[in-house]
Amino acid sequence: MTTPALSGGNRWTSVPMLAWRESRNSRKRLILFMSAISIGVAALVAIDSYSNNLTRSVHEQSRSLLGGDLAVTSRQQYQRTVDSLVDTLARHGIGVGSITSFASMASVPRGSTTRLVQVRAVTPGVPFYGTVETTPSGMYASLQSGANILVDPSLLFTLRAKVGDTLTLGFAQFTIIGTLKNVPGDVGVATALGPRVYIPAAYLEQTRLLTFGSRADYQALLKLPPGTDPKTIVAGLRKHSDSTKTRVRTVEQTERNLTNDIRNLDRYLGLVGLVALLLGGIGVASAIFAYVAEKVDTVATLRCVGATSGQVLGIYLIEAAALGVIGAGIGVVLGAIVQFALPHVIGGFLPLDVTIRLEPLALLSGLGVGVWVSLMFALGPLLALRRVSPLQAIRRQVVTVALGRRWLDPARLLTSAALAASIVAIAVSRAGRLRDGLGMSAAIAVAILVLWLSTAGVSWLARRVLRDHWPFVVRQGVANLYRPANQTRAVILSLGFGAFLISTLYLVQTNLLSQLAVSSAASNANLVFFDVQDDQIAGLDSIVRSEHAPVVQQIPIVPMRIGSLGARATAELSKGRGMSWALRREYRSSYRDTLGASEKIIAGSWFKSGKKLPDGFFEVSIDDNVALELKLRLGDTVTWDVQGVRVPTIVTSLRQVNWARFEPNFFVIFPRAALEHAPKSFVLLTNATTPEQRGRLQRAAVDRYPNASSIDLSVVQETIARILNKVSLAIRFMALFSLATGAMVLFSAVAASRRQRVREGVLLKTLGATKAQIGRIMLAEYAVLGALGSATGMLLSVGGAWATMHFIFEAPFRPALVPIALLTLGMMMLTIIIGVLGSRDVFRETPMAALREA
Amino acid sequence: MLVARELTQTYQSGGHPLTVLRDVNFTIPDGSFIAIVGPSGSGKTTLLGLLAGLDTPSGGQVLLDGVDLTGLNEDQRARLRGEKVGFVFQSFQLIPTLTAAENVQVPLELRGERNAAARARELLTRVGLGDRTHHFPSQLSGGEQQRVAIARAFVNKPKVLFADEPTGNLDTVTGARIVELLEAINRESGTTIVLVTHDLALARHARRMIRLSDGAVVEDTEQAAA
Repeated sequence: MTTPALSGGNRWTSVPMLAWRESRNSRKRLILFMSAISIGVAALVAIDSYSNNLTRSVHEQSRSLLGGDLAVTSRQQYQRTVDSLVDTLARHGIGVGSITSFASMASVPRGSTTRLVQVRAVTPGVPFYGTVETTPSGMYASLQSGANILVDPSLLFTLRAKVGDTLTLGFAQFTIIGTLKNVPGDVGVATALGPRVYIPAAYLEQTRLLTFGSRADYQALLKLPPGTDPKTIVAGLRKHSDSTKTRVRTVEQTERNLTNDIRNLDRYLGLVGLVALLLGGIGVASAIFAYVAEKVDTVATLRCVGATSGQVLGIYLIEAAALGVIGAGIGVVLGAIVQFALPHVIGGFLPLDVTIRLEPLALLSGLGVGVWVSLMFALGPLLALRRVSPLQAIRRQVVTVALGRRWLDPARLLTSAALAASIVAIAVSRAGRLRDGLGMSAAIAVAILVLWLSTAGVSWLARRVLRDHWPFVVRQGVANLYRPANQTRAVILSLGFGAFLISTLYLVQTNLLSQLAVSSAASNANLVFFDVQDDQIAGLDSIVRSEHAPVVQQIPIVPMRIGSLGARATAELSKGRGMSWALRREYRSSYRDTLGASEKIIAGSWFKSGKKLPDGFFEVSIDDNVALELKLRLGDTVTWDVQGVRVPTIVTSLRQVNWARFEPNFFVIFPRAALEHAPKSFVLLTNATTPEQRGRLQRAAVDRYPNASSIDLSVVQETIARILNKVSLAIRFMALFSLATGAMVLFSAVAASRRQRVREGVLLKTLGATKAQIGRIMLAEYAVLGALGSATGMLLSVGGAWATMHFIFEAPFRPALVPIALLTLGMMMLTIIIGVLGSRDVFRETPMAALREA
Repeated sequence: MLVARELTQTYQSGGHPLTVLRDVNFTIPDGSFIAIVGPSGSGKTTLLGLLAGLDTPSGGQVLLDGVDLTGLNEDQRARLRGEKVGFVFQSFQLIPTLTAAENVQVPLELRGERNAAARARELLTRVGLGDRTHHFPSQLSGGEQQRVAIARAFVNKPKVLFADEPTGNLDTVTGARIVELLEAINRESGTTIVLVTHDLALARHARRMIRLSDGAVVEDTEQAAA
């Protein structure tokens, strides 16, 4: 007896050519299947390129975003120490400039409307970096040459003014020399509260707008000569920053802060990319599974004529790899095109111009990851081909039996491990943090496990609930769920997982958006006057009443700082560590006797006159977040520095404040007795029904009290609504990717068992079933599959979205149940439509086909 | 030489063992033309599968050209098939995406042999399809498809050619031509032909007939070829 003589030729050289020929009839269809990975890669490339472009733009523009090499900012006029320090720097050849920002009312003489504007008073040379673009161009250079003003175009529109007109700010008049087109570092969103206007700092005094209690930001910008180390200057400035209540910002910090600000956007985009890629992978797996099912007979023949299992695997692996390259390649091209569209949908609310260019690294990594994901996901179904017995050629078995799996197949276990490792690696790299990536992978694993269990559950249930008296077509349809070679697991796993991913993304989006949403004021006020001085409030009150408008609220505002916490003074507390914002900030507090509509007590109780307190102490109520930051508890003492007067208090309540409400809210509230006699300004809220009435009121107020400002809340709300719409548009645009991929996944999942359906349908026809009966059988089957798959996916997504919001975005989560229910219904309908459409060959084939087949 | 030694095949069916072949013994010398006949369910196809190494028996041995098939793993059997065995099926089993010539080339290409195309053309010409080499299976009639299948079965000059109801899907005239072709191959090349059929008229073309019933050989007779 001898072992078989193996011929000398290389058994592998012909494999690529066989793969090429073998794929002949299915190429077009395979490329369609591969579109799942194309869309996934497109999303990935677009997102990564945009993200890279964003980071690069932040880096490139950080100097012009800050406007100088260093900035010293303060909420109050610089103290003498800062001024002298800055003067010294100026003498050493360091460029020094300043920007003073505050809100004020602007009007055109003889015009009837006024508008709240954000004034920026700038010294010559500021900003030191970056260009302020204007229309007509180059007008920023002429700003300092007289009493000139540059305004946002929207201001001209609301005031019905034009370039060349005179604009009044406080007691000064300016000539409008042009409009602002682009100011580096000045965010478009900021204009929600009022259009920006730029005036020369030299004319600030004349406006007489900065009086007691006026809120203004002071910023000194420094330009260092080349070769100067900013660190030494920063160190010098920071030495005084606590005592002078100033903050020093460097270019690096600006870059870091900005990068942090856009981190949520980045994380969200990362999540979209991961979802798109995973959906793409599932699409590939389902598509390859469908393809493999069709190839069983061919493989059996190849095995009969001497192909080894390795050669068979080689042939189909080459096909899958080639398609992975093509699919991912198409995705890269698509993604490169899409990324040019992204700035238009996302750009408006970022404080910089994102310059888009092709990012070779993002393109290459997109291609690589795409091919890898396709191969990893394709390998599982392809390995089943090794099991196809040559006996299949003479005695045909149903496809799933022919592809029968063995759980303890080392190759299969290895592939599964590699796939799991790939998913974890991709999740970690997308999430940017190991913890988040592992969390995401765990969530994915749980989702797959639950889906797998529910497929087992549905088969089990179908077997038990089926009743003989049910109509034939329903019995057939439901029985198909557990019969040999059923498609239950394939469809529910891919559909359910797709539904899980898409719905998680949807829930995360809605929750992110709702964070931004602003609920309308309960008080119905639509016009707010602020910076009203103590001696002006009575006059303003009578102006409002003379217009027959109600005074909804009059709120006193008293600026103050924390003097000491318990026995320790603020200066002492800040030693040895960075001073907390809550310790450093200026508090604009108020006093009142009742709790506001947008706040609730979460600890302690509201002010009561009979409470026993140590002599000279008052009660105080603090916002819970501030209390947390300051580590304050009920009963702690805080001494406030109110314009030099010390007011000792005891914390008797903590409040949770809904800051999203359009109402004046405060971190700290005092009882009336504590602050009644302190120097203060007022905010007055009124409700004027028509825009004309609001215009008249604003005009009358600014004529009499030029320092007092007012905001027409309806205008602000409109602006914010416009910006939010833009944000949701951007998010929906990204979600489209995942939806498109999801549809492809569904299509592939149904296609996977198409051949089986066709065979069964044809056989049923041979036995006398009508097309309508077959149609109804499929309807019953796909309805159950669709309902179960999408419902399980949706339920899982509530958990997934909660975890995403909680752990990644660190924000509260509220499930949107109605949209989720609608989405479930939609997915179910889609499953039925795609299922029936995908099996339309069943209707087309004649019973003869069944007879011809052995 | 093809030898079946105490060949037994048992399947598990509904938890009970079901013996479909029991204790089959015979020797087929090189160059034979033999028919295995029997009614449906008698175990013909199972026996063919075992003899050709498509499946492994529960008991006994199959020796093909001195090699014990039962001692080989699936891939070793596949290589052996590629070298020594040819198949002709009732339903032709051509690969639909390959042309006639490419279908014939496959066994050679799987072995990494050169000149596969020339050999395929030559064989197709010999079965009368020299002008249809670039046609796809769907463009050929049943008889033509079966001739391509025969060309493919013969392309690696097999020791044994197994034919499973090769005329089952063909009309009488076309079927007769296919049988003539098989006889010619047997005569001219000395290839052993193992024909499995339930059609006694077809079986009469063979020089020896093994009759199966209920999985056992009930008759093994030499006969004068028809």
